[in-house]
Amino acid sequence: MNQVLEVSNLHKAFGGIKAVNGVSFSVNEGEILGIIGPNGCGKSTLFNCILGQLEPTEGAVKLDGRDVTNMRPSELNRLGVSRTFQLLQVFPELSVRENLILAGQEHEGTMLSRFFGSRDAGLTAKAEQMIGFFKLGHLADAKAGGLSYGQQKLLDAAMAFMAGPRLVLLDEPAGGVNLTMLGDLKERLRAINAEQGATFVVIEHNMDFVMSLCSRVIVLAEGKVLAEGTPAEVRANPAVIEAYLGH
Amino acid sequence: MTAPATHSAAPAARRLPLPAFVDGTLLTLVAAAVILWFVPSGMGRYGTYVLSLWLVMSVAVMGLNLTLGYAGLKSLAQAAFMGIGAYATALLTSKVGLNWYASFAISGLLTFAVGLVLGFPALRVKAHYLAFVTLAFSTLIWLVLRNEQWLTGGVFGLSNIPRPSFFGLKLDGALAFHRFVVVVTFLLAVVLWWMIRSPWGRAFTALRENPIRAASLGIDTRMYTLLAFAIGSAYAGFAGALYAPLVEFIDPSPFSLSQSFFLLLMVVAGGAGYLLGPFIGALLGVVLPEWLRFAGSLYLIIFAAIVMLLLIACPQGMSGLLERGWAKLTSKKEGAR
Amino acid sequence: MAEFLAYLIAGIATGAIYALAAIGFTLVWQTSQTINFAQGEFVMLPAVLILLAIKLFGAPIWLGALIGIAAFILIFGVGFKLAVVDPMIRHGVLPLAIATMALSIIMKEGAKDGFSAEAQKFPSFVPTETISVFGAAISLQHVAIIAVAFAVIGLLQWFVGSTRLGRQMQATAQNPTVARILGIPVERMVLLTFVINAALAVVASVLISPIYLAKFSNGEVIGLFAFIAAIVGGFNQVRGALVGGLIVGIVDSMAAAYISTSYRLAVPLVLLVVVILVKPEGLMGRKEERRV
Repeated sequence: MNQVLEVSNLHKAFGGIKAVNGVSFSVNEGEILGIIGPNGCGKSTLFNCILGQLEPTEGAVKLDGRDVTNMRPSELNRLGVSRTFQLLQVFPELSVRENLILAGQEHEGTMLSRFFGSRDAGLTAKAEQMIGFFKLGHLADAKAGGLSYGQQKLLDAAMAFMAGPRLVLLDEPAGGVNLTMLGDLKERLRAINAEQGATFVVIEHNMDFVMSLCSRVIVLAEGKVLAEGTPAEVRANPAVIEAYLGH
Repeated sequence: MTAPATHSAAPAARRLPLPAFVDGTLLTLVAAAVILWFVPSGMGRYGTYVLSLWLVMSVAVMGLNLTLGYAGLKSLAQAAFMGIGAYATALLTSKVGLNWYASFAISGLLTFAVGLVLGFPALRVKAHYLAFVTLAFSTLIWLVLRNEQWLTGGVFGLSNIPRPSFFGLKLDGALAFHRFVVVVTFLLAVVLWWMIRSPWGRAFTALRENPIRAASLGIDTRMYTLLAFAIGSAYAGFAGALYAPLVEFIDPSPFSLSQSFFLLLMVVAGGAGYLLGPFIGALLGVVLPEWLRFAGSLYLIIFAAIVMLLLIACPQGMSGLLERGWAKLTSKKEGAR
Repeated sequence: MAEFLAYLIAGIATGAIYALAAIGFTLVWQTSQTINFAQGEFVMLPAVLILLAIKLFGAPIWLGALIGIAAFILIFGVGFKLAVVDPMIRHGVLPLAIATMALSIIMKEGAKDGFSAEAQKFPSFVPTETISVFGAAISLQHVAIIAVAFAVIGLLQWFVGSTRLGRQMQATAQNPTVARILGIPVERMVLLTFVINAALAVVASVLISPIYLAKFSNGEVIGLFAFIAAIVGGFNQVRGALVGGLIVGIVDSMAAAYISTSYRLAVPLVLLVVVILVKPEGLMGRKEERRV
């Protein structure tokens, strides 16, 4: 199977504290990989190191076999790696449609074409498609800041998919979303995975969400990989039960 | 909730047979340019001069509005950049004998390049370091303007700066030159208007609101930040290139650090992040004190105090106040119906 | 050599003044994210207010000083925090920074229109003589500035490090959220840093004005050099502000003596640019991690 992302021996220390302590794993094309672990186990730090937001102390990250360690977030995104954040990150002053156009505009053309070319960078159709897909149709012209939390969360996810990414890293997509929305979100993610063959890595606290969405799960504890396997295998692993699920 | 400006523009564009890209802001700019072309006919030399000065300062404030209002960067060297443009144009036209148009272009390119050179190291670290680097630069330019007498004339400045001509048409008279300033200002404003509504403008807004998220969406924040600063600085260079032939004599004093502060206050007073804000800001900062001559130097204090009050009550400045007033008015009308 | 020693002492003396201003600047920045662009005017104004009090009330020097200092600390310590910073910080760091620029214009123009556009003599509390040390003529005023400034900085260090109130203030500066959880009255601590900033400005003003005279435009250079000192030393460090201040003072003094008087101002500016290029976190500063 094709490996999209390969993380090897990643370390990150803040002063004396080792937040990530030698993590290695790989992500196969087309899979939905879940990463779980108790609070403070280094999940978000791991994400930020992979995505160039933080500089890893040691280790390497490869995308399609190419070394992308320490690459700037914007360059990584243009190579097809997209992400969402734990906290909501939409642009409140822009409309829903503008948010989506923004998420796609840097992926085509040049700086000059973005200046002289059309105002929507030819992305209105694509944006409308995403708006329909995430069921935000009636809100296309509303300012993103005025949307409900769940709607903003959907928009946030829609922005991550706008440019047709190869790999999407989702940081707690289910956090703070109500049950109905949650079902919607899961269904949308599955559909994109099936239709476009996009590869996902999902960090989550919500066990049910992860176990029902992901094909493979990695358990992190104290900055290290504790277990790895299918949701059923992980659930049955005594070390995992001890460290995490037992609580 | 959409801004009233776009709200009112959309139906107007539908009713009139206008191309789709025409919006309320552009119509306002065209109307203002037409009015300013004719209005000084009976105003006399001095009144015309004040109007021209207002437009020239508006160009500098427009550039700073791009840097501060759209991209969220503090530049404290806008007056210094204006000085570079003014001295470059003055020297090129009066000493080298180059025509004004070439000097104007060189002034813009020069300030754009200096902006890149200054911005690159500062923005590498932290956005607010740009404030300190430009603060230092401002002082440095002022020292050069004052000390390098052989080039800049020192405190005595440069005089006999020629005014340009337009296809053989002399623009030496106050009214003729004013009309020239109106056209140049209009063109510069339209370029900025175009930029703000292009994908660039969207990227500028994004990096002001949330640079980290912007970067995660593929937006090269470093490049856009630098561009915003450099283009903003180039507008100061353009303003300087207009200022020199307007006043026909320049010395270092209008390009000091305090002037840069003053320009920032004009951006805020007019409304940072509003395309037409700079014209209002410069009106308050440049034209009003000419009419309120009796206030003398007290005007500077009054102006600064007004800006502080605005910052507390309505950080969107006069444009924000107007927008609020407009929203109230229209909602009242609808209620009456 | 004797000449060098005299310039060195002069540099340390002015450097100590910049350090006082830079320390206040850093404290206020740390506790309330306020970049005070009026910091130079804060050092200019107390001397002007003292002279104004003497002139207006016909008061003797000590009374005038008392009135001027009290008025300054009340308006630009307490008042600045309550009337400018508090209502403005809601809108963000940027509007607040711009408001301090507006304030600097008001203070400068106010001093010019309300007091005098000319430089005025300010009484010195030590004799204006020089003494000879190793053949170098050392100004007693410079020695006094160094002694007083260092005593004040030492006192501040003792207060921050060894008293309960000072430690609470330090905790507030480092992490207001945690400090609040620990039951520290954060608002009062922030106010205290503003009062300390104003008090440091008063000390700097009283020390420097006998030499530079009291003039509305004095704040320009002092403010600029205080910013440079804060950045050169390390933007978040009180210790850094002290070191930065001294470096800037000495560099400035040497530049005036050995390079050129007309470009004397430029040398600390070049120092600033070099530090930003080579060690942007400042000489005493620690590298900050990018946070998400």
